[in-house]
Amino acid sequence: MDDRDFWLADAPVDLALLRRRVEHERAGAFASFEGWVRNHNEGRPVLGLRYESYVALAEDEGAKVVAEARDRFALCAAVCVHRIGDLAIGDMAVWVGVSAPHRGAAFDACRYIIDEIKDRVPIWKHERYADGDAGWLHPEPARGDRA
Amino acid sequence: MTDVRLLYFASLRDAAGQGEEAWSTDAPDLRALYAELQARHGFSLPVEQLRVAVDGTFARWSDAVRGGSEIAFIPPVSGG
Repeated sequence: MDDRDFWLADAPVDLALLRRRVEHERAGAFASFEGWVRNHNEGRPVLGLRYESYVALAEDEGAKVVAEARDRFALCAAVCVHRIGDLAIGDMAVWVGVSAPHRGAAFDACRYIIDEIKDRVPIWKHERYADGDAGWLHPEPARGDRA
Repeated sequence: MTDVRLLYFASLRDAAGQGEEAWSTDAPDLRALYAELQARHGFSLPVEQLRVAVDGTFARWSDAVRGGSEIAFIPPVSGG
């Protein structure tokens, strides 16, 4: 298991090991978020997808996001991992795990991390559609309008 | 002329037909450099929708083009 607070993984990650990364004696709450590959996007059937990243910058920016969450909320630990490469329907694309003395900080930090990761970290999704088409998703920046 | 290394990702890489290239430019800043490459590769994304990074750190479009630097154009991201 990687010992960084944010990293990109090119293979499936063991959930039990991830959870162990945020276990803490001071923690009374644990909140996690998993992003999964769904079988449709904006009404189109999706067969699978690929994530590409500018790895050096993504790992730097992702680490900043997690560090910001630690500064803003009273946490024990926070970890985030994002997959890159080819993923199938149902695969876990991203995992965020946060432990804290109390649940409010855990929920808030978990939400903060996934929102900022989606907003700022240079990772791109390439979807393959059932009709044979495929393409990159480049949503126009629109804070407050997050999927 | 200033020699730089360019990195392209996602749809920009597809449009350029390559993930990176060596480039010599007279562009005074990163904004002008992108305009030059837009003309060369037919990039459809306007500069307003992109971010730019130099040597692995986010930069400003008004920054000068530094010789020997590695410049990455960052299309709107879609992780998560």
